[in-house]
Amino acid sequence: MSSKKDPELPVQPKSGFSRRGFIRGVGIGSGVLGTTGLLPKEAAAAPGAAVVGPGPVAMTLTINGKPVNLTAEPRVTLLDAMRNYLDLTGAKRVCDRGTCGACTVLINGKSVYSCTTLAIDAQGKKIETIEGLPVNNPVSAAFVNHDGQQCGYCTPGFVMAAHGFLREHPNPTEADVEHGLCGNLCRCGTYMGVRKAVVEAAKGMKGGSNG
Amino acid sequence: MANTPDYSWPPEDKRKVIGTSPQRLDGPQKSSGRAKYSSDMNPKGMLFGLYLTSPYAYARLKSIDTGEAERSPGVRAVHVAAKAGTEMPWQGFEIAAVAADTEEQARDAVRKIKVEYEVLPHLVKDDDLAKAGTRARQGGETVTGDPDQAMKDAEVVSEGQYGFAVVTHCCLEPHGQVVQWVPGNDPSGANDHVTVWPSTQNVSGYAGSLGTNIKVPATNIKVRMDYIGGGFGSKFTPDAWGVVGANLSKQAGGRPVKLYLERSTELMIAGNRPSAYGKITVAGKKDGTITAWTYQGWGSGGFTPVPPPDQPYIFTRVPNSRRNRTGIALNGGSQRAWRAPGNQAASFLTCCAIEDFAHKAGKDPLEVFKLNAQYAPEARVDTYRFQLDKAAELAEWKTLWHPRGEGGGGTVKRGMGIGVAAWNGLGHASQCRAVINTDGSVSIEIDSQDLGTGTKTIITQVAAETFGLALNQVKLVIGNNDLPPDGGSGGSTTVGGVSTSTRKATVNALDKLFAAVAPDLGATPDQLEAVDAHIRVKGSPNKSLTWVAACRKLTSSISEMGTYNGRQQDTAGLATGGAAGAQIADVSVDTETGIVKMNRYVAVQDCGMVINPRLAESQVYGAVIMGISTALFEERIMDQETGKYLNPDMEFYKLAGIADIGNIVVHMDIRPENDKRGVIGLGEPPAVPICAAVSNAVANAIGVRVPQIPLTPDRVLAALERRNA
Ligand code: FES
Ligand code: FES
Repeated sequence: MSSKKDPELPVQPKSGFSRRGFIRGVGIGSGVLGTTGLLPKEAAAAPGAAVVGPGPVAMTLTINGKPVNLTAEPRVTLLDAMRNYLDLTGAKRVCDRGTCGACTVLINGKSVYSCTTLAIDAQGKKIETIEGLPVNNPVSAAFVNHDGQQCGYCTPGFVMAAHGFLREHPNPTEADVEHGLCGNLCRCGTYMGVRKAVVEAAKGMKGGSNG
Repeated sequence: MANTPDYSWPPEDKRKVIGTSPQRLDGPQKSSGRAKYSSDMNPKGMLFGLYLTSPYAYARLKSIDTGEAERSPGVRAVHVAAKAGTEMPWQGFEIAAVAADTEEQARDAVRKIKVEYEVLPHLVKDDDLAKAGTRARQGGETVTGDPDQAMKDAEVVSEGQYGFAVVTHCCLEPHGQVVQWVPGNDPSGANDHVTVWPSTQNVSGYAGSLGTNIKVPATNIKVRMDYIGGGFGSKFTPDAWGVVGANLSKQAGGRPVKLYLERSTELMIAGNRPSAYGKITVAGKKDGTITAWTYQGWGSGGFTPVPPPDQPYIFTRVPNSRRNRTGIALNGGSQRAWRAPGNQAASFLTCCAIEDFAHKAGKDPLEVFKLNAQYAPEARVDTYRFQLDKAAELAEWKTLWHPRGEGGGGTVKRGMGIGVAAWNGLGHASQCRAVINTDGSVSIEIDSQDLGTGTKTIITQVAAETFGLALNQVKLVIGNNDLPPDGGSGGSTTVGGVSTSTRKATVNALDKLFAAVAPDLGATPDQLEAVDAHIRVKGSPNKSLTWVAACRKLTSSISEMGTYNGRQQDTAGLATGGAAGAQIADVSVDTETGIVKMNRYVAVQDCGMVINPRLAESQVYGAVIMGISTALFEERIMDQETGKYLNPDMEFYKLAGIADIGNIVVHMDIRPENDKRGVIGLGEPPAVPICAAVSNAVANAIGVRVPQIPLTPDRVLAALERRNA
């Protein structure tokens, strides 16, 4: 069940902020009693990095080909920026720690977990979200065709991950799909349909655009 | 004139829409990310809510100070749920919540709430009954026949211990809601208005339940839900967070508040399937006939002790038995219904014990299950035998099965195992309104919900069938509490409920249309039929009106109700209860790593008349995949030393991924004798036997029972070590 995706952007975060600084652990050994903040100290900037924040800062993201402005704290993830600030709700917040893929978007053509990407670091990059695809893009249509969805909450993430996967693997077998999409989880149990859908979508996309 | 309308389903050969497999109607909206779930709602002025929860397994709240949190930037409301003195018997217990302009501000504010705790002694593990002490509540003993004598007389006796972990629902859309409580000018709350977008399995019941808790009349509460991201039995009520979210909104002067549980909290408090452990002795004859059964069972459903289910499952007519059941009060989140509550544990315990007995008797378990199907409820004996044979055929049991432990020469051993299921699945009470307008447009209104099961699609299919229309000529509205009430979606009751009420409403409406146009067609209403978007005289297809032309003859719209009271005798033969299923797992076990790999999984399932075979099949796939996940990976892991839940995140609380499930073969048992029973719910029955079948397959592969699920590598290796010792 290992992820095939980079949990972080491949490039070193420019702002010097890290995801680690604000993960709100309640798990093993966090020992949070709800009284002490465990975070601010950890958010210290790396040496030499330009310091922004901790208050809201203006950012510009390039989403689906359009520049979008927002003002948010540097700790805001790309996922939260989309969902909470831009009303782009196709990407879902499920695990919020890089495990499930429900928040998958493409950055510079590669699928990325937007919950483990800071919005501020996604500036200047090409962000593609499911809202940028037509309703009947070949992958989404194939998910309908093979009933690769039930509640559908995981589906936008799967569809974006499939788009990213198919760009690099245009002729996948079902086994390839299993390998390529194992960074996405579904609770309703739609994997049988997903396998078939992605293989079919690949055929539908031959020679055509990526939707 | 027609007296009592004939509501019965059209005969199989006359059906045009029922029994076909159109695509899920909301599929394009979902797969394109356009579907708006309640958690996607961002109404204007919305605040973000966040909980502070208890970090201890068991503690008393000594004091709470929210002053600093209230002064924190952006904070609009703070609500204290647990006052000083409150006993908090599990980690994740809700203490207080804040609402702030941004989620980041809410997080900062929650950390500023000061709480003092008095830590109390906890118990968080229940695998060893001897360690439960005063936390154990004996449930008493039940005896049938003469188990002592039967044990003495037995030719074969097998004993085993089996354990079934607490797992958590982990719906991908977390529990919570967006809620707006606008206070009115009457202090009694009579003029207050609430709008709520919940993630709930019971849209119809939500307002009444929330209203009682916040003292606002249900008539002033609007509930809206177009999509839900999973429920599986864990989302039936507004829960504490519905009430707290509403209070935050009111305190903030009526601004909407989004309050969803964080994943860690969700995994702790928003759904725990109870554990079940059992020491079981099965006795019988050499030919594999079971004659006696003893059971000492224990388990926990949280702080309120709930005993595990009774034994044996399905084979309830075993003549001699002694059963003891004990519930343990644990410091863990309360139990919630899980897809076929109780049945999974019951099937697991029974089917594992039968497989062990078959091995002891030196018999093929397929034959032993079939032989002892004599103890199943009388009406289902033949069904189980048929289904076991069918599953065996599809799984190639005759060629692939081998006696226990003879799973091949190498280090990877193959094995097969059986599990069986039963469920009722009779529809819930449901009301539907069918409207035929003078322009020919048609709407179906019913306050139900579609959990991803395909409810929207099947309601539309039923309406289209009755009216002789295409699916896109029927407009369906659900998920809105202004509509006629339906029940909660639990227990596989939805499809039976909505298909019955929809059929009745549409037949009633169509009868009105027939009465209106019969004179124009020179016929009596009972001579008319609705086929292919025409109203025509039976036997004279050229005496007809198009649907639209017929509706134009109406002087006003037709609006007719269809009501089903949720009892067997009210279904008019449209729906019934009682589904059976047999499943076979085929696995490979690597004896060096302990890793279990699914090869193939066969599920044979009946569910009466099937409205949409493709969606039915998807339900079975989903149930099986969820079952494989719980059989191999899922477990709430507790640490008795610290009292902590060790894996409340999706990295360490593992769900099966796309590469973990092998190939799944579904056979819907749609024989005519099943079809004529009417509609039976399907969400739960195929979810029942997977842990049993997989555990039996692993035992068959490696020659020894791994006593507890999930069948993690460490447990498999430990069992192998015991075998070799
Ligand atoms: S929400 Fe981002 S990976 Fe799960
Ligand atoms: S369809 Fe429900 S989680 Fe995947």
